[in-house]
Amino acid sequence: MSVAEVLEFPVEAPPPAAIGSAAFSVETIGMTKRFGSFAALDDVSIRVRAGTVHALLGENGAGKSTLVKCIMGFYQPSAGQLLINDRETVIKSPKDAHTSGLGMVYQHFTLIPSLTAMENLVISRPHVPPVIDWGKERRDLEAFLANMPFRVPLDTPISELAAGQKQKLEILKQLYLRSKFLILDEPTSVLTPGEAEEVLGLLKGMANRGELTILMITHKFREVEAFCEDVSVLRKGKLTGTGKAADLTRSDMATMMIGEKTLNKVAEREGEPDTGKPILRLEDFVVDDRTGLKTTNIETLAVHSREIVGIAGVSGNGQKELAEALGGQLTLKKGKVSVDGARYSGRREESRSHQVRFIPEEPLRNACAPRMSVAENLSFRTFDEAGEKQVVWLRQGRIRAYARELVRRFGVKTASIAAPIATLSGGNVQRAVLARELTGYVELLIVTNPCFGLDFAAVADIRSQIVAARNRGAAVLLISEDLDEILELSDRIMVMSEGRIVYETPSAGADVMVIGQHMAGHH
Amino acid sequence: METDLGWWAVPLALIGGAIRISTPFLFVSLGETITEKSGRINLGLEGTLVFGAMIAYGMAYLIGDAWTQAEVAAALAQGLPAPDVSARSYPMAAWLGVAIAAFAGAVFGLVHGLICSLKRVNDIAVGIAMMLFGMGIAFYFGKPFIAPAAPDLPSIPFAGWSDIAQVRDAFNVNVLFIIGIALAVFLWWAFRNTRLGLILRVVGDSADAARALGYDLNLVRTLATAVGGAFAGIAGAFLSLYYPGSWNEGISSGQGLMAVALVIFARWNPIACFWAAMLFGGTSALGPALQAVGVTGGYYLFNAAPYILTLGLMIATSSKNRAMAGAPGELSITR
Repeated sequence: MSVAEVLEFPVEAPPPAAIGSAAFSVETIGMTKRFGSFAALDDVSIRVRAGTVHALLGENGAGKSTLVKCIMGFYQPSAGQLLINDRETVIKSPKDAHTSGLGMVYQHFTLIPSLTAMENLVISRPHVPPVIDWGKERRDLEAFLANMPFRVPLDTPISELAAGQKQKLEILKQLYLRSKFLILDEPTSVLTPGEAEEVLGLLKGMANRGELTILMITHKFREVEAFCEDVSVLRKGKLTGTGKAADLTRSDMATMMIGEKTLNKVAEREGEPDTGKPILRLEDFVVDDRTGLKTTNIETLAVHSREIVGIAGVSGNGQKELAEALGGQLTLKKGKVSVDGARYSGRREESRSHQVRFIPEEPLRNACAPRMSVAENLSFRTFDEAGEKQVVWLRQGRIRAYARELVRRFGVKTASIAAPIATLSGGNVQRAVLARELTGYVELLIVTNPCFGLDFAAVADIRSQIVAARNRGAAVLLISEDLDEILELSDRIMVMSEGRIVYETPSAGADVMVIGQHMAGHH
Repeated sequence: METDLGWWAVPLALIGGAIRISTPFLFVSLGETITEKSGRINLGLEGTLVFGAMIAYGMAYLIGDAWTQAEVAAALAQGLPAPDVSARSYPMAAWLGVAIAAFAGAVFGLVHGLICSLKRVNDIAVGIAMMLFGMGIAFYFGKPFIAPAAPDLPSIPFAGWSDIAQVRDAFNVNVLFIIGIALAVFLWWAFRNTRLGLILRVVGDSADAARALGYDLNLVRTLATAVGGAFAGIAGAFLSLYYPGSWNEGISSGQGLMAVALVIFARWNPIACFWAAMLFGGTSALGPALQAVGVTGGYYLFNAAPYILTLGLMIATSSKNRAMAGAPGELSITR
């Protein structure tokens, strides 16, 4: 008997208020979406009760985004119905969805970077006057914001706002457009723990006062427990469970999400960091970001052999610049980076002689030639060397044999090693890059958000590989926006905020709330 | 009365040159700003400019000629002696030439915009094709108009009170220059304060966001390119109908291309476009101005000043690490 059959919702009377004045319920009945013969969504019926926060859980590819896209009118379902306030409603387009009071906050930002918050809000309205009276708009917006749980600066271009402020503005935008049913797609992925609590707490408050109904895509069990009344879980397009959050344990939810398969546990760190042997050293490190507006400044940072140093922080606080400068994509304005005591600027000879490996974020874009084959991409570190000598003629046979070996060893799922690497799924691209970077002796590994957007199984695998490299003696600089990942893998944790390292702690006994406060800029 | 002003002639000539020569730069760069704000770049404006110069000149000449002949015919029909038409000039014919050039430019922009709306088409490549096409077709149809004289565009003598000829010349300001300034101010205002301005910026800055708001990207961009083309057409008309004031194949000498660089230098700001155009116009006048006071050495070097300035400014304002501030996010050259 599945969990879905066990749990039942209390039956509620449809609220009498008309759409537009108060929160309303949304229900899907037998929602199905097929792409060819593949059912991305298979007979999913969930009910989001008016005035509640409802969590939608599931792994990547489980059908969460297909479901919300069907609700929002981006897709037309192959079968099934949508009930709004218990009345059958057909949503043909996102515009229809908006007219019905449905709004979505996407995971990627939909704000226009060069426009100010005020311009973004005004242009998002369905009816914008030909000539805009900014004085009046400002007064209206101030009046609107006075009733809102949080504020954002109105006159700063979006590109200068921090990720957390953008996320708040995205939510404000939906409220400004009078959406009464909000779909939030992993809303807290760019927020600090503190900000996440604040935003979700305030939204839950609005929902429970009957002003809003919220469907939230998430993968954080903590948020489900703290903020959601109900939860629905999808796996491979099917609903595997739905019910009250209070009635489910974490292991129930995990089982619904991934089935009965057992997960590989992340390998344990073995041995102590070799503190006498610093591998990577940064001194007086100063680098400007690509707009030239923000500076990242690290006075001193050392990563030792057999040590993982985790850099935590909300995205956009200098982590990207740090990684890009170490990878040679940005030039230092000042200061010195050294590996093994020798100056290091990311050139190929240097990374080769010191065994430095680099896994940037979005590896398909930053570490692969997307249209070249898997085999070619795997050979980028080695194709031009044969022992000590540089080769002139490439030996395709050797490249292919090498690629076959790595694909087997790291379990990269690909139709063929001759397939363009862009045809692989995100997790497999990540595995392929990891295979390339972690093969052979590694002295220093610099890795950014290695598990972003990957499913459970892949995450455990990739983290194990990183820990294994550390156990073999590599120094690892792990830059990640996922605090849980940092806590799980690191020997030492540093927090970056506004381009500086503001906090450092050994991971044993680290306090999450203290780290969170530093991430939020309270130091 | 010609007065010998000595070295004072140089700054005077530079100001006069800036006002005269900047006008086509100003129009092309304002048009290109509109196009680039929408997220596309149109490198074909050089072709549009040359074609605009040709068609404005040709049409103004043909219309003026037709009106003169009609006047003669009317006089003869009434039995009067044929009037002396050798000094006749029809500013209205010149304005019609400008309008036709603007229309032709809009058509060029429309073609560019429509081709770029197809999938997997690169706007830079199409721009270069349109540039060659525009110049080729202008030379082909322009052959008969190289010799005859077309009516001029009128200008306003702002320094009519002065008895120094050079001062009067320098401040003889063409109406199009004044319209250009007004347009620059208007565009600067409109980009912030009108619905169309905001839509243009949205489309140019984030295609995803624009789609989410329900705007038709290709429609907005195609229209923006058409408007940009019309501006370049007007710039061409200015070249052939006012300064230098005749049609020949070397009339533009790359001004359409330089204006595109000027937009980047001006950071997509219409007001900055005006100042940049003035700067380019001023440097273009450097060679002739120095020659006028007797400095003949390095004449060609001084004539190359605007090009050297372009190069220098681009190097000075670029950076290896920084993306260009203010650049529309969807622009292919900055992505």
